Amino acid sequence: MTPRIFISRDAGALALGADEVERAIIAAEQHRGLKIEIVRTGSRGLFWLEPMIEVATPEGRIAYGPVQASDVEALFDAGLLDGGPHALRLGKPEEIPFLKRQTRLTFARCGIVDRLSPQDYRAHGGFVGLEKAISLGPTATIEEVVNSGLRGRGGAGFPTGIKWRTTAQASAAQKYIVCNADEGDSGTFADRMIMEGDPFVLIEGMAIAGIAAGATKGFVYIRSEYPHAIEILGRAIVIARREKLLGANILGSAYDFDMEIRVGAGAYVCGEETALLDSLEGKRGVVRAKPPLPAHKGAFGMPTVVNNVISLATVPIILAEGAAAYRDFGLGRSRGTMPIQLAGNLKYRGLFEAAFGVTLGELVDDIGGGTATGRPIRAVQVGGPLGSYFPRALFDTPFDYEAFTAKNGLIGHGGVVVFDDTVDMAKQARFAMEFCSIESCGKCTPCRIGSTRGVEVIDKIVRGDRRPENLALLTELCETMKLGSLCALGGFVPYPVTSALTHFPEDFGIARSGAVVAA
Amino acid sequence: MPSFEDWSAPRAADIIAAHTHRQGAALPILHALQEAFGHVPHDAVPMVALALNLSRAEMHGIVTFYHDFRDTKPGSHVLKLCRAEACQSMGADTLAAQARQHLQIDWHETTGDGRTTLEPVFCLGLCACAPAAMLDGKVHGGLDEKRLAALLAQARQP
Ligand SMILES: Cc1cc2nc3c(=O)[nH]c(=O)nc-3n(C[C@H](O)[C@H](O)[C@H](O)COP(=O)(O)O)c2cc1C
Ligand code: SF4
Ligand code: FES
Repeated sequence: MTPRIFISRDAGALALGADEVERAIIAAEQHRGLKIEIVRTGSRGLFWLEPMIEVATPEGRIAYGPVQASDVEALFDAGLLDGGPHALRLGKPEEIPFLKRQTRLTFARCGIVDRLSPQDYRAHGGFVGLEKAISLGPTATIEEVVNSGLRGRGGAGFPTGIKWRTTAQASAAQKYIVCNADEGDSGTFADRMIMEGDPFVLIEGMAIAGIAAGATKGFVYIRSEYPHAIEILGRAIVIARREKLLGANILGSAYDFDMEIRVGAGAYVCGEETALLDSLEGKRGVVRAKPPLPAHKGAFGMPTVVNNVISLATVPIILAEGAAAYRDFGLGRSRGTMPIQLAGNLKYRGLFEAAFGVTLGELVDDIGGGTATGRPIRAVQVGGPLGSYFPRALFDTPFDYEAFTAKNGLIGHGGVVVFDDTVDMAKQARFAMEFCSIESCGKCTPCRIGSTRGVEVIDKIVRGDRRPENLALLTELCETMKLGSLCALGGFVPYPVTSALTHFPEDFGIARSGAVVAA
Repeated sequence: MPSFEDWSAPRAADIIAAHTHRQGAALPILHALQEAFGHVPHDAVPMVALALNLSRAEMHGIVTFYHDFRDTKPGSHVLKLCRAEACQSMGADTLAAQARQHLQIDWHETTGDGRTTLEPVFCLGLCACAPAAMLDGKVHGGLDEKRLAALLAQARQP
């Protein structure tokens, strides 16, 4: 049998040299007179080990990493094709603790399959969810999604099935499924990984949503910062049409569904669903007041389901395995698994899909292995640029929507960004305000003007300019922004600011006791 | 290295016509114009407005709303450095200072010789490979002073 080498072509792997590794492998194949089959996969999500390559052996796959092009000749000399010993040999990838501890449902295939092979996709459980949805019909499909307890993974955590039902019940000549692939939060990359590593699962999820809601057309709005995802999903859509996963009478059923990609243009606020819809319609990405809900009046004025990539990509396995199997994972009102993204200053960084309930401390100390720099962890920002900074004192918080809300935080899209003790939390608070001022859509005064004022006030506090008065002003400004903003950009940016101030007052010139230190 | 076409109204008209039939055609048209010309030329804006049945003011509002669309041609190389939190946690601010110092320009500027444009980006989705950058569409992660210096040298090539 031709030896097979699996190479991760995820953008993260490419950023660390996967292209060069692939070229070196092809060169070695040629000058050694070998015949090798190279399979291009997504990433397993173990980014400190990327570029990671795997070889198929009789005992299963054996991984090597992080591999640089300059290692390739030595790897071949060491018997790479038979899984031979070498300093970079990692053994079976499934046995690497970071991966072994996960529950991979949404990411079951990512990093394993040839990402553009429909045969591979089917061999690893693909299409089963869609076939099930076709046989169940719209109403029963929606019930499955409702019963699974799946909540939106884009940030707001709204029950996905309920959203679908609302659109299904609206009557209109045309309805749409819009996939939100704007993934603007720093610290997040799960959407990107799925689109690059298992694009058919997103297409399948959208087709199921189309059947359920009675929509025949879908759009995926992908941020322009993701050229690789745009390319791979684009190619997958063409293949999916050929495989009858898209088009008229999908998989031979009575249902029609097709989709296209739209590329964003570098505006963070276009991740907000109504701004996204305006952008899709060719307008400025300004947030709309609700009601009307997108479910009633969405894209081009028609009933529209707007869902995050991960919400949609999780639906196929829910249909395939049944609502109960999914709901059995998790705790409280947070059911199933969450693809948590461990990012920033961590030793072990990457995608960690697990049932809800793992604590923040387990995530960063244990699974993440502490900082990459070897210094103590000081602060962890959870949920993107609008999420709170957590100090060690709150590391017992379980990863669950309600538990984070109770601690004045949010899990958002599941990004976890770790900072060591060199971080200046006043600078982080300032950045949150600056980011808001750059990205504000401009509709609400507290967000548009308040964020610029916020930057100035923080600068004054740090300089020691009338510190008590300016601290009072900052607190008041945060309150105004919370109350006077139409969307979560202006409304939630007080979270990182206030959490920095509450948990790390010394960085603002305030003693731990709460006494304001005059500069 | 990207090379861009010189302004041509007939060429712009062709690009616009290729997308006008699409639903919500504005962004696809603007992206296509920028791909061809390296920016959205001032003279193209009224043409797009006319094609989409919008006023010039509305069209101008759309173009300027989005950070991606430039109104001047970029340098021969475009270096985008991530400025967002995960990259900050791994030293992105220091790298940004190094780049600005080396190129002697600030964000959104192009070097005097027209070779290099420096742009900020807020997350490339490479947050587990931070600090990250993109040079002429190619991604780079795990940057440190030395690796950035190599990227800057590439970005200075004619
Ligand atoms: C400023 C802002 C940015 C957002 N960015 C995203 C995003 O990038 N991706 C996303 O899926 N949802 C984002 N959301 C949430 C969406 O508005 C919406 O809740 C989500 O797309 C619904 O899908 P879900 O129910 O599957 O989560 C953002 C919200 C706000 C206020
Ligand atoms: S809070 Fe900010 S981003 Fe949100 S609608 Fe208001 S101005 Fe726009
Ligand atoms: S924060 Fe820099 S790539 Fe995400």
